Amino acid sequence: MKKHLLLGAEAVASGALDAGISGVYAYPGTPSTEITEFIRKSRETAERGVHASWSANEKTAYEAALGMSYAGKRALSAMKHVGLNVAADAFINSAITGVNGGLVLAVADDPSMHSSQNEQDSRFYGRFAMVPVIEPASQQELYDATVRAFDLSESLKLPVLLRLTTRLAHSRAGVTRVAARDENSLHAEYAPERFVLMPHNARRQYAGLLGKQESLERLSGSSPLNRMIPGNGSTGVLACGIAFNYAMEAKKTFGLDISVLKIGQYPLPRHMVEDLFARCETVLVAEEGYPIYEELLRGWFDDRKITGRMDGALPRAGELTTSLLAEALGVKRPAPAAIPGIVANRPPELCRGCGHRDLFEALNRVMEGFENRHVFSDIGCYTLGALPPYSAIHTCVDMGAAITMAKGAADAGLRPAVCVIGDSTFTHSGMTGLLDAVNEQTPLTVIIADNDTTAMTGGQASAATGSKLRSICRGLGVEEARIRTIVPLKQNLEENMATLREEIAFPGISVVLAVRECIETAARKKRRSGSKPANQ
Amino acid sequence: MQYDIIVSGVGGQGILSIAAVIDLAALHCGLHIHQAEVHGMSQRGGAVQSHLRISDAEIHSGLITEGTADIILSVEPLEALRYLHFLSPEGRIVTATETVVNMAGYPPFELIEAELRRTGSPVLVDAAALAREAGSAKTSNMVMLGAATPFIALDQDILEAGIIELFETKGEKIVAMNIDAFRKGVAFSQQSIQQTVL
Repeated sequence: MKKHLLLGAEAVASGALDAGISGVYAYPGTPSTEITEFIRKSRETAERGVHASWSANEKTAYEAALGMSYAGKRALSAMKHVGLNVAADAFINSAITGVNGGLVLAVADDPSMHSSQNEQDSRFYGRFAMVPVIEPASQQELYDATVRAFDLSESLKLPVLLRLTTRLAHSRAGVTRVAARDENSLHAEYAPERFVLMPHNARRQYAGLLGKQESLERLSGSSPLNRMIPGNGSTGVLACGIAFNYAMEAKKTFGLDISVLKIGQYPLPRHMVEDLFARCETVLVAEEGYPIYEELLRGWFDDRKITGRMDGALPRAGELTTSLLAEALGVKRPAPAAIPGIVANRPPELCRGCGHRDLFEALNRVMEGFENRHVFSDIGCYTLGALPPYSAIHTCVDMGAAITMAKGAADAGLRPAVCVIGDSTFTHSGMTGLLDAVNEQTPLTVIIADNDTTAMTGGQASAATGSKLRSICRGLGVEEARIRTIVPLKQNLEENMATLREEIAFPGISVVLAVRECIETAARKKRRSGSKPANQ
Repeated sequence: MQYDIIVSGVGGQGILSIAAVIDLAALHCGLHIHQAEVHGMSQRGGAVQSHLRISDAEIHSGLITEGTADIILSVEPLEALRYLHFLSPEGRIVTATETVVNMAGYPPFELIEAELRRTGSPVLVDAAALAREAGSAKTSNMVMLGAATPFIALDQDILEAGIIELFETKGEKIVAMNIDAFRKGVAFSQQSIQQTVL
C-alpha cells in the first residue's frame, strides 16, 4: 500500500478525514497549525465540503465542534496546549453533556517551549475532564488512533482528547491510509436533559460521567496503544506517548534488557502497571511533559522503587531524549563533542522589511519622551519586538493580555498606558478587554498592528482586518475621532510619531491602527498572481 | 544500513527542501524515514535544524542521539558547529562557507574554520558561488545537498528524481537550475575526496 510521508500533525488530519469528519474547527498555534492546514488543502475537503475555516479563537472553535457533534456529525477541534486554556470551559463541560457525533480534540503540547510561553501538559486537562486521553507514539499510530478515537467518542458519547507533542507533530514518517468512511447524516435530537447544564441536569450527568470511569480504564487495558514489550532485566520503563520511542531506541542502541510498558491511552490501566512491577524491581517513569503519572504511581506503589522526573533521574523540565533515558537507566557513555564557545545564540527576528519594525521604531522614539516607557503586548510576530534592537514591548503573557494588562496598569495610575496587539490576537481575545476600557473611559492607547494575517503561524486568514477592525472598535464604543490609522513605512516615520504622540496625550481610550500587510503573505500573493503586492 | 543526518542553517535558507528531497529519495528506495523539523518562531531568521534518519530497519526515535550523527549538513558554517554534540566521532561536517550575520557576537570566520577543521576532514563548500553559477543564489541548499551526496548511501539519480518531484510545480527552469546546482555540489565533493586520496 502507498506510504504517505506525513508530519504527525498531518497524520491526525488524514485520520480525521478518513474517519468521516464533517468539519474541523481550530485557531492556529504552533505545533498544531498543520492539522487544520492539511485538512484545508486536501482534495477530500473540497469534494465533500468539509468545514475547514479558521475560528476566531479556540473557545469558539471547540464550541462549534461541539455543535456539529450535537447535530450528529463528526467534528475535529485542533489547538495548541495554551489554546486549551481558552477553550477549557467548553471542553470540561462537554464531558458532562457528552456528545452525539464523534468529537475529538487534538491538542499539541510544546515541551521545551520551542514556540510557546509554557510547557503545560494537556493530559492534565484530560484527567480533569475525566475523558479518554490518547497519546500515540508514531505517525502511523497517530493516524490509526485518530480514526479509532472517533469510534471511541461515539460509542462512549464522550469527547476524546488526543495529545501530541512538538516532536511528533513536526516530524515526518511514512503513513498508510485506509479508505475513508462516509460522514454521518444530520441527526439532531432534542436532549435538554443532557445539554441544559442547570444543576438538576448537571448533577445527573456528572454522576453518569463518574459511572463511566471504570469502563474507560477497561478500554485502556485492551487498547492497542497500551502494551508490554517484555525484557529479562530487573529494570522496567513505563513510557508514555513519545517517550516510548526513546525507551526503545535506548534499548536497541545500548543493548538494554529492559521491560517497556508502552502507554498511549488513559486512564492508566492499573493491572498493566502491576504486571510491570511484577517483572521489575525498579521502574523508570518516562513522560514527555509533567510527571503526572509518576506522581500517581508513587501513591499506588509507595513500597516500590520508582524513579523519574520527581527524583531527578530525568530532568524536571523539557523534552526527553534517548540520551536522557539511557543515562537514567545507568548507561555510561563518553561525553559527546562540546559545542565550541564561539557559537553565539541566533535568536529569531522580525523579517527584514516587516512593517512591525517601522512601528516599533516610531513607538520607541515617542516613548523616549516619557519617564515611564512600559508597553504592554502579547502573542504574535510582534512579540519579537521584545528582543534587541527594539526592546519595544515589555510584557507577553497570553493572547489578548496586551489591552487588559495595560488597562489594569492605567487603573493603578501608570501613565502613559500603551499597548500593542495584532489583528488576529485582537479578534481572538482583545475585543472584550477593549470594551472594558471603553466602559470606564480608561486613559489607554491601543495600537493594533494590522498586518492582514495571522503571521507567526504561517499566514492564516485573520478574523478581522482593515476596515472591519475599525468598525469593531467603533462598535465597541471607541470615538470615531480617536481611531487613527498609520502606515508603518520608513518615509512615514515623522507623521506616525506625531499621530502616536497625539493619541498617547489624549486622556481617554484611543486606538491606533498600524496597517501594513505582512511581507511574507504579500510575497506569496505576488508569487501566486505574478503581480506586485499593493504596499511594497 | 542507517544514516543519521543533521541538516542545519538559518530560517529561510531552504533546510526543509533539502530534507524533503532526501525523504522522497529514501521513500522511493523503500527505506524507513524519520524527519524532525522546526516550525514556528525560530523560522524567523533564527537557527533551524532538522534531524533526518534513514534506515532499512524500523526507526524508533525521531531525534538523533547525541554523539551518533553520521553527517552534519549545514547551509551556514556557524550553524554546523551549533550541533557538534550530535556528531559521531567518525562523523563528517559538510557545510557552506558563506556566513549569515544577523545577530550580535558573530565570531570571525577564521575561528569558525579552525573549529570546523578540528572535527577531522570537513567538506567546506563555497555554495553561494556555485549557486550563482547555477543561476540563482537561492539554490545554495541544493548545492549543499549535492556536496553531501557522496557521503550518503542514496544514488545521485534517485536524489535528482526527488529534486524534480519537489520543484516540478515551479516550472522547468527552476527544476533545471536546482539540478544544475545539485550536480555542482556533487562534483565539488568528488573532487575534494580525490584530492584527499592523492
